[in-house]
Amino acid sequence: MQTLLGLSRWIDDLNGRIGRAAAWLVLVAAVISSGNAIVRKTFDMSSNAWLDAQWWLYAMVFLLAAPWALRDNDHIRIDVVSGLLSPRQRGWIDLFGHIAFLLPVTLVILVTAWPYFLTSFLQNEQAKDAGGLPQWPIKALIPLAFTLLLAQAVSEIVKRIAILRGDLPEPGAHASAYHEAVTEAALMPDAPRPPTRMYPKTQNQAIDAPRHPDGDRP
Amino acid sequence: MMALVAENLAPIMFLGLIAFLLLGYPVAFSLGAVGLLFFVIGVELAPYSDGTITLSWPLLNSMPGRIFEVMRNDTLLAIPFFTFMGLILERSGMAEDLLETIGQLFGTIRGGLAYAVIFVGALLAATTGVVAASVISMGLISLPIMLRYGYDRRLASGTIAASGTLAQIIPPSLVLIVLADQLGRSVDDMYKGAILPGIALAGLYAVYVFIVSMIRPAAAPGLPPADIAYRKPDGSRGLPSLAAISIAAGVLGIAATWNLGYRSIDYAIVLMGACITIAFVMAVANRILASLTGTSLLSPLAERVTFVMVPPLLLIFLVLGTIIIGLATPTEGGAMGAVGALLLAGFKRFAVGEKNRLDWKIVGSAAEATAKLSAFVMFILIGARIFSLTFYGINGHVWVEHLLTSLPGGMYGFLVMVMVLVFVLAFFLDFFELAFILVPLLKPAAEAIFRTSPEAVAIAKSFGFAVIAAKDPSGVVVETVADVTPFMIWFGVLMAINMQTSFMHPPFGFALFYLRSVAPKEPYVDRVTGRTMNPVQSSDIYWGAVPFVGLQLSMIAIVMAMPWLAMHAMVKSKPAPTAIERTAPPDASSSAPEPLPVMPGSGDKRPFALPPEPPAIPGAVSESYRGPPPPTLDMSQPPRF
Repeated sequence: MQTLLGLSRWIDDLNGRIGRAAAWLVLVAAVISSGNAIVRKTFDMSSNAWLDAQWWLYAMVFLLAAPWALRDNDHIRIDVVSGLLSPRQRGWIDLFGHIAFLLPVTLVILVTAWPYFLTSFLQNEQAKDAGGLPQWPIKALIPLAFTLLLAQAVSEIVKRIAILRGDLPEPGAHASAYHEAVTEAALMPDAPRPPTRMYPKTQNQAIDAPRHPDGDRP
Repeated sequence: MMALVAENLAPIMFLGLIAFLLLGYPVAFSLGAVGLLFFVIGVELAPYSDGTITLSWPLLNSMPGRIFEVMRNDTLLAIPFFTFMGLILERSGMAEDLLETIGQLFGTIRGGLAYAVIFVGALLAATTGVVAASVISMGLISLPIMLRYGYDRRLASGTIAASGTLAQIIPPSLVLIVLADQLGRSVDDMYKGAILPGIALAGLYAVYVFIVSMIRPAAAPGLPPADIAYRKPDGSRGLPSLAAISIAAGVLGIAATWNLGYRSIDYAIVLMGACITIAFVMAVANRILASLTGTSLLSPLAERVTFVMVPPLLLIFLVLGTIIIGLATPTEGGAMGAVGALLLAGFKRFAVGEKNRLDWKIVGSAAEATAKLSAFVMFILIGARIFSLTFYGINGHVWVEHLLTSLPGGMYGFLVMVMVLVFVLAFFLDFFELAFILVPLLKPAAEAIFRTSPEAVAIAKSFGFAVIAAKDPSGVVVETVADVTPFMIWFGVLMAINMQTSFMHPPFGFALFYLRSVAPKEPYVDRVTGRTMNPVQSSDIYWGAVPFVGLQLSMIAIVMAMPWLAMHAMVKSKPAPTAIERTAPPDASSSAPEPLPVMPGSGDKRPFALPPEPPAIPGAVSESYRGPPPPTLDMSQPPRF
């Protein structure tokens, strides 16, 4: 079990690094896309390679961040019913879902995506539009991303079994994890918000922004 | 037995989907698993199905291609840009400045702070498409102030949550992008359709606050005169000066843009850009003049309002304006907005010197939240594509279409039914799930109903859309709508308003959730008055939202009764005159219906006219075509030279 947990930690760490790194591509894509729009309008120049680069980057962001989101339990669920269950029962549902839902879907995609990429690679498939980027490298992303997702699924199964056996502690509640991430990003507890000049009691005396006593965190 | 299951596989699959989703496993993978499970069942049952199941094993190989299509989707590329922009904008302090200044502007007016929240909510909504950012900044900034001045807790929290949710309906909203993509219509048509209903909804909120402040003045007091800032040295507020600069900017703006050839919404956008530039230039000139001569022509309030309105209006122009005028695609608009928000925060950081407006950590955490949102949204779409591969393979879409088109009550029966369905489902699903799972199922039925229903034909005639009259085999003239796009936009706008409610009620009311996370949970000491304030209960937040959900529902009814609100951008001419029908020759014995174009007034889209845009080439640069309109062959009018 310890070996498996070690493997699971390694996978978690790897996918965390990949996801975090991929997140920065959002910024790159935004800069490329806006730069492209401005250049196109002002100099009347355009290149399909830049247009392709935008969706390449976005595809990398969401495909490579997906295993990381799975690790952090950020894929949204409908917890109307499961909210009523005990953490242990939800643990069993998760284990069932990982084995019966996630593994088959990932495997089928992986098995079909490999020949899909290979055909494209062997033909050295080029862009459909003149001046665009060749097609096969981005098609390699599908098998790559789903391999990582498969690895993460294995890691999740190991962790679930360990929790059900009592080898790992029960994680905290996991409802709406994404929305907590957004709230966190927006609030950033370690980066205190600047004081504002909101509604001074007397006109010359500036005060801090009103906030509740325990700081930014609810 | 096998045959019975095989023939009813679509309803069984639909029930299976509900069961799988209710398990509480991540939606994206549950969708994919339902698709795969029923794919296997479908292939096994295909021989018993009398040809309704068209699944076979090789079809599985189309899955990577379907994922590749999701990756290539240009429209949905706007999602990360707008999300990122919203998160950065939240940090840039724009909302704080706006709330402070607009709150001061309304001053001692009863309910002034609530109006300020609604106005700023609408402004923020027009800059970005993310609810989280608006609700969190307004909850952090306005809620404590409203509580300090004795606002009713329910009114205060309801106003903030509802105004933050305006981001869902006022363009550039993520919901509208996703809906346009799923309904197969263009995003800017959707944006144009949603502008008036969005503004009207903000107006409804304001009317509600006005009524409450009339009935219960204590629930929404105005600011006490002592707390009004930005006074002139002599103590007056300087409102005439603000009025003067507004009128001057307005008149000069109209003069500068009158002959540029834009009309309706395009013109409003251009005019707004011109006015704010002129006001900004005047305020800067005044500032320079004041520093030279020592006398300021503008009051402090007028100057402050001008400076504070520049960033949001500039961003609106940069993002929404360029999209609507056609200078940029929604994706490019979103990207420019993201870069614009970064520049704005950077300006605060480096020029104003507010150090914690922008650093790598902020950008990194915004990018990470964006990447996670993108991952789960796009994986729901991937799951939905696997689901639909099977669902279409077992003719599920035909089943849904039959189910929906056989509803009683014609077009309005269908619309009411769908709206009730979405409203109920919004208690369980959030808008991405509704948009990716439900909307593709509704689309064919909606198109069929809008094409043939007499109510839709009547609306089309009154707005001058082309109508095709054809004879069916029994000789009855059947009229159909030639192009249902305006109706689909209308439908999408109705759905978008409806999906707003999913943010406003438990258990998935994300606006309430965000507000809860920033509202005080325990008694706290107000920093200004030193009084101990009661916390905001969760029940206050929930009950406060109820009247606003009611307002959203009445907005659905209003838009349903007045399709013009959503279709106005497509109405091309005055209501068409009586349709001229060419009667078919009596000996027309062909069994196929013969299409007879109805010829309404001039300038109408005709079924046989050239399309106004040249055919789109996938991946090519989209240049908007600005040539002469398509040729018309209108014989009802004498030729003009």
